[in-house]
Formats: sequence, C-alpha cells, structure tokens
Amino acid sequence: MDAVLLIATVVKVTAIVLAMVSLVPILTWVERRGSGIIQLRLGPNRVGPFGLFQPLADGIKFFFKEDIVPPFVHRPTYVLAPGISLFAAILALAVLPLASAIEVAGRTIPAAIVDVDAGVLLLLAASGLGVYGILVAGWSSNNKYSLMGGLRSSSQMISYELGLSLAVISVLVLCGTLRPVEIVEKQAAGLWNVVFLPVGFLVMLIAGFAETNRLPFDLPEAESELVGGYHTEYSSMKFSMFFMAEYVNMIVSASLLVTLFLGGYSVPAFIRGPLGLEGNLLAAAELASFALKVGFFLWFFVWVRWTLPRFRFDQLMGIGWKVLVPLGFLNIVWAAFLVAVLGVTP
Amino acid sequence: MISLATLFPLAIALPQAAFWGLALVAVVAALGVVLHRNPVVEALLLVVVLLAVAGIYALLHAWFLAVLQVIVYAGAIVVLITFVIMLLNLGPEARGGPGPLTVVLGGLLALALALLVGRAAAGLGPRVADAAWNPQFGKVAAMGKALFGAWFWPFEIVSLALIAAMVGAVVIAKRRLEE
Repeated sequence: MDAVLLIATVVKVTAIVLAMVSLVPILTWVERRGSGIIQLRLGPNRVGPFGLFQPLADGIKFFFKEDIVPPFVHRPTYVLAPGISLFAAILALAVLPLASAIEVAGRTIPAAIVDVDAGVLLLLAASGLGVYGILVAGWSSNNKYSLMGGLRSSSQMISYELGLSLAVISVLVLCGTLRPVEIVEKQAAGLWNVVFLPVGFLVMLIAGFAETNRLPFDLPEAESELVGGYHTEYSSMKFSMFFMAEYVNMIVSASLLVTLFLGGYSVPAFIRGPLGLEGNLLAAAELASFALKVGFFLWFFVWVRWTLPRFRFDQLMGIGWKVLVPLGFLNIVWAAFLVAVLGVTP
Repeated sequence: MISLATLFPLAIALPQAAFWGLALVAVVAALGVVLHRNPVVEALLLVVVLLAVAGIYALLHAWFLAVLQVIVYAGAIVVLITFVIMLLNLGPEARGGPGPLTVVLGGLLALALALLVGRAAAGLGPRVADAAWNPQFGKVAAMGKALFGAWFWPFEIVSLALIAAMVGAVVIAKRRLEE
C-alpha cells in the first residue's frame, strides 16, 4: 500500500459518508412531499421554498431534543444498537463501484473503496450485520412492543436475505465473477442482466422492500400493533440514527439492484459515442448514470410505500419462504441453463 | 513513487498492529463469552469474536473465508442463537460457581487443548508474503477448485450430514406438535 492509495481511500470513505449524511435529509423531504402528492395533500411546504429546508429544521430538532434513556433498559446495548444499524448500512456501500476507475496524477484509482474478488458477498455480509442493531434495540429496551418488533424484524430479515442471496447467486452464475466491477463491465459490453434474469430481478426487488423494513413489509414497526416496534423507546439522535439507517439501507438496496441487474454505472453507447466521453469525463457521466438509476428506485420505494397496504405477518413469512425462495432456486436453475446449454454470456 | 514506508515508518507495522489489535479483541471477547453473566451479552460478544477472527482471515488475504465467516456465522447462526435466547427470556445466570469435579475436569481439558494448540503453533515460523506465496491464495476461484476438486467427497458428505440433521430436527419438532 502506498501513499496515493491510502489518501485515495481516505478521500473515498469521507465522500461516501458525507454523501450519505447529506442524501438522507433530501430523501426524507422527497418521501414527505411525495406522500403528499400521492395522497392529495400538501406535505411540508412552510420552511423554505417547497419546504426544502424542512429536513434542516428536523435535524436541528433531533439534535436539541432531550435524549431520554428510560430506566430498566440494558444501557450498554441500548446505546450501541443505533450505531450498529447505521454502521452496517454504510459499510455495505464500501464495495459498490460508482463509476469506472478514474485517473488522478497518472494513477488509476478504482471508484469502489474496496475492490476484492468477493465484493458482492462482502456487501451481503455487511448488510446481514444490520439485523443486530434492530434485534439488540428490541431486547435492550425492556419493552414488550420493542422485543416483538425486534424478533419480527430479525426473522423477516433472515427469511428475505435467503431470497435476496438466491437472486444474487443467479447473477454470479451468469457473469461468472463476484467482483461488482466485472459484473458491470460485462453488462456494459452486452445486455443488462435483467433481460436474462427477469425473475431474479423481481425476487430481488421484493426482497429489497423486506430487507429495508419498508411498506408493504414494515411489520417490525407496525404502529397499529406495536407502537413503534424496536425503536419505541428511542428518542432524539438515537432515533434519528435508526431513521438514517433505514434510508441508507434503501440506497444500498437500490444500488445493489442497479449494479447487478441494470448495468450499474454503465453509460449507453448511443450517449457515450456522440458526446465523445472519455477518461474522467466518462467517469463523471457514469456517476450521473448510476445516480439516475438509483434515484428512480428510491422514488419507487416511496411510491410503493404510499400505495400498498401492509401485509399480515404470516402472509409476509409465506411470501418469503413459499414464493421467493422457490422462485429464487428456479431462477438459479434457469441461469445455469442459460450458461451451460444455451451458452449465453451477457 | 513515494512509498508509504518513507512517509510513515509506522505504516509498515500497520498489518502487524492490526493483527495484534484483532487478536486482543478476539481473546477479550472470548473471555467475555465465557465469563459474562447475561446470555444476550454473551451471544453479542460471540459476534465480536467471529468478526475479529474474520478480520484476521482478511489480513491473511483469505478474503473469501473472512466474508463467509461473517455471512454464515455472524450474519445467520448467531442471529438465530440470539433469537432463541431472547424468546426464552433468560435472566442473568444465577450465582454459585461450578462444582469441584467440573473445575478439575474442565481445567484438565483446557490444559490439554492449550498444549495441543501451543504445539501446533510452535512448529510454524512467522510467515510473510514472499516469492513462494501463491497470489491465487484465498481467492474465490481457488477456494471453489479446492472444495469441488480435491475435497469434493468430504464436502458433499458434510453437506449430506447437515441436511440429515435439519430433516431430523424438523421431524422431531413436528412429532411434538402433533402429540
């Protein structure tokens, strides 16, 4: 490891964390204004133009609210839980390539923080650790609603992780690699994976909603049954960290979907060619392309949340185990068939 | 090219320092798993042990192994263990130490294990990445070839044993439900 690489890594880590911290408030604004549009009401429109400064006001409120730690909680784990959630969510972003490698001072710098050959698995591992934040929060709060929320959530997340992993495996079979950069490059050279694996795409999309605990799968915090679920006893910045973790998880889910199935950061040739994009300019265009695709799915998450009602818990588990898992397995067989019999390469 | 070593001599020692840090965390957390009185905290400390060991794997360039350790053990198995502990709602362990027989037998077993590990470790000198080091080591492809090549039969037999155990658990649990 030399100095340039070390500095580049520090810059990339800082950039990702800053991007997340600034994207989350924007997303909350999109969510609230979006829900307003969908439900024919106004949404926050008082602070700044179109209510754009509302997230800022919310942030200030979160900072200055009294941080209540209820008596009888298990204090060390109670304090740790929001941190685990947020940390696991941001960690998953380390392996995602946001653009192809850029050139700085004659050196080629990869655009992902870590570029290892087990990259996709590293992402699954990191997001798998997010369960602990919710589980620990539910248990340490010493509250029945919180515990029920935490248990529901952990069983839900483990169940849907299965469907998600099966969908990921089908992509790995098709591309013959586990490095996210190579998966993207293969799609850029040919067709997007979604063309070959539409079922895998759907499985992953549905599992993404469950993994991020969002409607129609937001059973862990179903307010009609569980008050606030695992975060019932949390207030102030600790609650805010759970909130941020949910939005970062949305970004991770959308990014993974885009990277594995929708060509990742690749810019289509009919745009790249006429504009003559090359080198670092191309990398910038790729970043924009990635952001555009991810942005669409973030909006999709909001759209679905305010459109569909919540499932019952047994229905939720039924979909996870009886629909997504078998479909995921069939999809792997289909991917193997494509590669081994038809000789398809993306 | 400016190498990191000329900038900070400490950087050379970074992997070494990371190893000792991770090893310390693993040992302290492992002691916590045994000695702490709260079962949920013990389960969480077990996660810390697994993560620290995964970190050591990664330092040894065995990225794939490290990632699998986190996905399978930290991400799934210990979650289920924690889940069960929470459902059982176990209180802190009651006071009252182990009996004399447990102390003697356990002590002997621990001593034997320590001797065994010590003997195995003593035979190994310090290893560094040199010319003889295979750059494919620890890569997914190398792991796959080992698992589905040289170790195919042991691997499949272990898989079969695991499935048998799972089916057995389902059958036993179902019979209890029907009674």
